[in-house]
Parts: sequence; C-alpha cells; structure tokens
Amino acid sequence: MIKQDITQYKNVWVFIEHNEGKIERVSLELLSKGAELAKDLGCEVCAFTVGDKVEQFAKEVGEYGAKKFYIIENPVLKEYRTEPWRDAIVYLIDKYKPEVALIGATTLGRDLAGTVATKLSAGLTADTTALDIDPSNKNLLMTRPTFGGNLMATIFCPDNRPQMSTVRPGVFKAVKNPTKPEIIKEKYDITEDKIVKKIIEKVQTGEEKVNLSFYEVIVAGGKGMGKKENLKLLEDLANVLGGTWAVSRKVVQAGWAPQSRQVGQTGQTVHPKIYIAAGISGAVQHVAGMKSSDIIIAINTDPEAPIFEVATYGIVGDCLQVLPKMTEMFKQKLVK
Amino acid sequence: MHSLVFIKQVPDAAQVRVDYETGTLIREGVPAIINPFDTHAIEAAVQIKDKFGGSVSVLCMGPPMADEALKKALAMGADNVFLLSDRVFAGSDTLATSYALWAGAQKVIQEVGPVDIFWAGKQAIDGDTAQTGPGIATRFDVPLVTYAVEIKEVDPQARKIKIVRLLEGGTETVEVPMPCLITTEETLNHIRFAPLPYLIKAARTPVVLLNSSNTTIDASQCGLKNSPTKVKKAFTPPKRERGEMIEGSLDEIVNTVYAKIEPMLKQLGKV
Ligand SMILES: Cc1cc2nc3c(=O)[nH]c(=O)nc-3n(C[C@H](O)[C@H](O)[C@H](O)COP(=O)(O)OP(=O)(O)OC[C@H]3O[C@@H](n4cnc5c(N)ncnc54)[C@H](O)[C@@H]3O)c2cc1C
Ligand SMILES: Nc1ncnc2c1ncn2[C@@H]1O[C@H](COP(=O)(O)O)[C@@H](O)[C@H]1O
Repeated sequence: MIKQDITQYKNVWVFIEHNEGKIERVSLELLSKGAELAKDLGCEVCAFTVGDKVEQFAKEVGEYGAKKFYIIENPVLKEYRTEPWRDAIVYLIDKYKPEVALIGATTLGRDLAGTVATKLSAGLTADTTALDIDPSNKNLLMTRPTFGGNLMATIFCPDNRPQMSTVRPGVFKAVKNPTKPEIIKEKYDITEDKIVKKIIEKVQTGEEKVNLSFYEVIVAGGKGMGKKENLKLLEDLANVLGGTWAVSRKVVQAGWAPQSRQVGQTGQTVHPKIYIAAGISGAVQHVAGMKSSDIIIAINTDPEAPIFEVATYGIVGDCLQVLPKMTEMFKQKLVK
Repeated sequence: MHSLVFIKQVPDAAQVRVDYETGTLIREGVPAIINPFDTHAIEAAVQIKDKFGGSVSVLCMGPPMADEALKKALAMGADNVFLLSDRVFAGSDTLATSYALWAGAQKVIQEVGPVDIFWAGKQAIDGDTAQTGPGIATRFDVPLVTYAVEIKEVDPQARKIKIVRLLEGGTETVEVPMPCLITTEETLNHIRFAPLPYLIKAARTPVVLLNSSNTTIDASQCGLKNSPTKVKKAFTPPKRERGEMIEGSLDEIVNTVYAKIEPMLKQLGKV
C-alpha cells in the first residue's frame, strides 16, 4: 500500500444526491451529521455534487449547514451514469482533498461509492449506522451492522484519506442550520461520445417513494396478514395513529406491496417511537431494520415467534382480529 | 461468449445466532452456501451460454473448503472453476479483495480466454457491502451495471448488451459494450434444476487452485496489512429485553396496550 501524506486532507464532504431536480433526503441528513463531525475535527462541512444544473441546490445545502459547495456542471452529466460521475467526482476529491467523504447508502450511492473509492485507493465502509471521531487521533470511527445485524463492527481507516463511508437513509436527523455556502465551480470536460453507457429508458414504478423513516408510528404487517386485501387493516390503524404502514420482505415477494414499503436489512431502517409488527415472525433480517424502535408491539399467533424476543409488548393472537379492534378503540380515544 | 462469475462462500446468515454470553456469533452447524445473489449470477451466465454458446468460468477467493461452492457452480453449469486461496489474502477489505480478484481473473483470462461479461452478486450476505463488484469493474476499467433484474438483449456481433437495472422507485434500461461487469438481484432469474449432463461433467471437472505463487498477484496489495480499512472492534448489539406479554380477552388486551402507550402518544401530541 502506498503511504499517503494524510495531513494534506481537510474538511468533511457530503455528496449531494439528486434526482429530477430534487435533493435526496439522506444527503441533508448527512450534512447535519457532517457538521457535528466537522466540529469535533475543527474543520468545515462541505457539500459536493455533479450534474447538469446543480448550482440551484446551493440554497438548500446552505440551509442544512454546508459552508462550501463544490460542483461540476456539464449537460452530459444530467442523468446518473456511474463512470462519468465517478470521474468528475474523483477529479474534485483529488483536487480539494477532503479528509472525510460521506455518501448516502441508496441504490445510486452504493453504485457510486465503490467505484470512486477504488479509483482513489481509499478505504470505504458500507452502510454505516454510527459515525464518531476518535478523540485520541481524530480518526473517523464508522460502526456498521454485519451478518444481518447480528454483529456490529467499528471500522477505521488510519493511513488513507479520504475516509469514505456510505450511510443508511434515516439513521441521522436532518436539522436546519442556515449558512450561505461559498460556491466552488470546477470545469470538467467530457463529451457524450466518450461515454460508452447509454440510458435507453427509465421507468418510474408509479408507486410513490415512501420514506418510512419520516414517521413516528409504523404499523407493519408480515406474511401472517394472509392476503393482499388485508393490508388495508395496517393502513386503517396507521391512519388513526397518524403514522404509516410497512411490510416484511415476504409480503413484497408475494407481490402484495411494493419494495418501497419493506423494512429490514434489504429494505429500510426505521426507528419510530411505536412499531407494531403484525403477523411478522421476526427473522434477523427484518429485526435488523426495526429493533431500535422505542416501543415494539408484536401480534403473532405463535407464542414462540422470535419477534416476541424484541417486543416491548407481546400479544399472542390473530392480527386480523387485533388490528381492527385497535383501530376501533384507538379511534375513540384519539379523536376527541 | 465467455462469462466470468465471482462467487463468495458465506455462512447462511439466516441461521447464524448470537451467543449473548460471550458476545460472539455461533457458527457451529451453520452451513456454508454460495452467496445467494451469486447463484443468480451463475444462472444468468449459464443461460447466456446455453443461448449463444461459449463458456462460463467461476472464480472464488476463500479458504480451501470453498471448493465446495465451486463444485456446486459446476453442477449449475459452469465449465471452469478456480479457487484463489492463500494466507496472504487473509483479512482483506473490499479494496484488497477487488485487487486480488482482479489479479486472479488475469490468470483465468490467460487460461480460458478474454471475458465478455464479468458477473458478481449485488452484495454478499455476510458483509453486505456491495462494494466488491464495483471495485472489480473499476480495476478492469469496464462499464458497471449494478442491480440487474433483466438481461434484455445480448448482441454478440455488435458486442453490446442491454440490461434492466433497479433504481430507487423504478427501473432503467441501459446499453453497454462488452466487456462489462453486471451485479445481480435475486429477481434476475429462477435457478433451474441442474440437468444431468452438467452433473456428470461437474463430477469430472477439477477445481483449479490459484495462489500468490502461480499468479502475478502482488502480495503487497493484499491482506489485512494492506487494507486501508481496519476493524477496531466487533461487538454484538445490546440485546433488547424480552418485554411483557399482554393477556386477556380481546377488549382487555387492546385496552391494556392503549394504557401502556398512552404516555408516548401524549408525548407525540396525538392525544
Ligand atoms: C439476504 C436476505 C435479506 C433479507 N432481507 C429482509 C428484509 O430486509 N426484511 C424482511 O422483512 N425480511 C428479509 N429477509 C427475509 C427474512 O429472512 C424472512 O423470511 C422474512 O422477514 C419473513 O417474513 P414474515 O415474518 O412476514 O413471514 P413468515 O416468516 O412466514 O412469518 C409469518 C408469521 O406470521 C404469523 N402468523 C400467521 N398467521 C397469523 C395471524 N393470523 N395473526 C398473527 N400472526 C400470524 C406466523 O406465526 C409467523 O410468525 C431477508 C432474507 C435474506 C436471506
Ligand atoms: N472472496 C470473494 N470471492 C469471489 N467473489 C467475491 C468475494 N467477495 C465478494 N465477491 C463478489 O462480490 C460480490 C459483492 O460482495 P460484497 O462487496 O462483499 O458485498 C459478491 O456477491 C461476489 O460476487
């Protein structure tokens, strides 16, 4: 491994993921977390991105605390494509040398991070759920779940910069912290004929993209809900509680609900105040995504179901009876 | 068409349990399997071979026991299988792993011929990083197509391939020239039962062993020492205490639950 002069590297950078002119929520969450890290390191939190018209995002990244905003604008970078975005980003990082670079662990972010890190020979930690600064040496400590959340590992990167990490959406809170960012615009020449990947077609699945981590109450259902039509019971109770509904992966695989509603290792991580798990067995991969909820209420016909191991309150019973009853009684209490 | 599939042998994560007394994983009796996403990569490569001719090579880096995974790959229709196994690789992070696999793949290319499509799983279920595939593509400098859910069109003459890949909230179809690297989702295909001729061939085909002495792998880029990321500590997350079971008639249960969560609902301003 080549020894680097790591003292040249400074500041915490946050990648601003955007799609159709809108910033992904996770990027703002990371700006807030990045500001905390920058404070511990005695440096600045900065935003960076590439694309076609990205200067327009300056106001919003400023609202969330970015002191500087590094950008590359080029019409051929309009739609995300791995290779040209990577090369433009590597150019920025090589030039300005941030000590930390954070990227949302979204579909796009995970596609991008691995290739950027390889180009830079940088250390990259995937899917981090906690970020801290080691007070003794100022290294970034990145904690992440492995083995479906059964084991946590704290990773650090002593000799290479930037220290890169992808971070799951919903892990940190986006907090407003207004500043007026300085915009640093770099020129990066690339033309369409140099890009071998062509996007033929994009299809939105129509289903709205739900960000489950926004909700303080989540009513989730599993295969034990019996059939697609019964998922309405989740929605009814969620409405009464002012929350939203979610599902396990088996429900997604059965085609009863879209992937955007899935909680767990391969779905979303959530930590609501109240999580109701109805007809969910509590497989490790599901629990990995919801076990930090404040109150977990489990409803399952099987008293041995593993979900009861993590539940604050357990109800052995038929969710098709318990859910409507909850909806009916809670409605009376909550609507006054 | 020559495909090269990267497969990892992993403990079946669904069966791994935690020993909270010692804070370690209980791995005894947990079967080692081919990373589930990688089986779909093998299947996709074999389907392309069945349609267009050519061959499927498979490369796995791991301990000697990982040859089992390669034997399974043969039974699924792979033609040449390689096990990259050497102590110098121990403790490699994803950067070092993608280097070793890239370097090992050079040997496969030397022995079998140039590769048209490289394949990897979308992620491995033990580490869940999803970084190795993108890393290998970068080292080969070939276009990367992650999260493939459909191989739409293969044009061996024009050397182009069209792939449908998953986006957040949708899909996109991309066209890339070959060689390229594709990472696979489980929904890409259904694993077929191994046809008898494959099984017979599998029994006869040896696993080729690769290590640092019969490849050009530079040991100074592998292993724990040469991995930029290090593990500071590993620990089991605090166990959530098993809570209270609420009993009684349906009405009683729901009333009790309400009483329990009322303070929280008040705090949330819902009551
Ligand atoms: C790599 C990998 C990643 C994965 N990622 C995820 C993930 O992100 N999220 C996820 O959820 N899963 C994930 N899984 C799948 C996971 O292992 C389980 O298969 C899944 O969570 C089970 O879903 P379930 O609990 O709905 O179904 P089941 O396991 O079939 O459980 C149904 C439960 O409902 C109960 N039940 C039946 N009828 C009723 C009734 N009338 N009333 C009350 N209870 C009833 C049963 O007792 C049972 O406990 C993953 C698996 C793998 C291998
Ligand atoms: N040791 C290995 N040997 C062969 N392929 C691997 C190895 N590690 C990772 N891969 C490939 O890279 C993919 C992603 O792994 P990961 O980055 O660990 O999530 C896997 O699905 C495999 O296709």
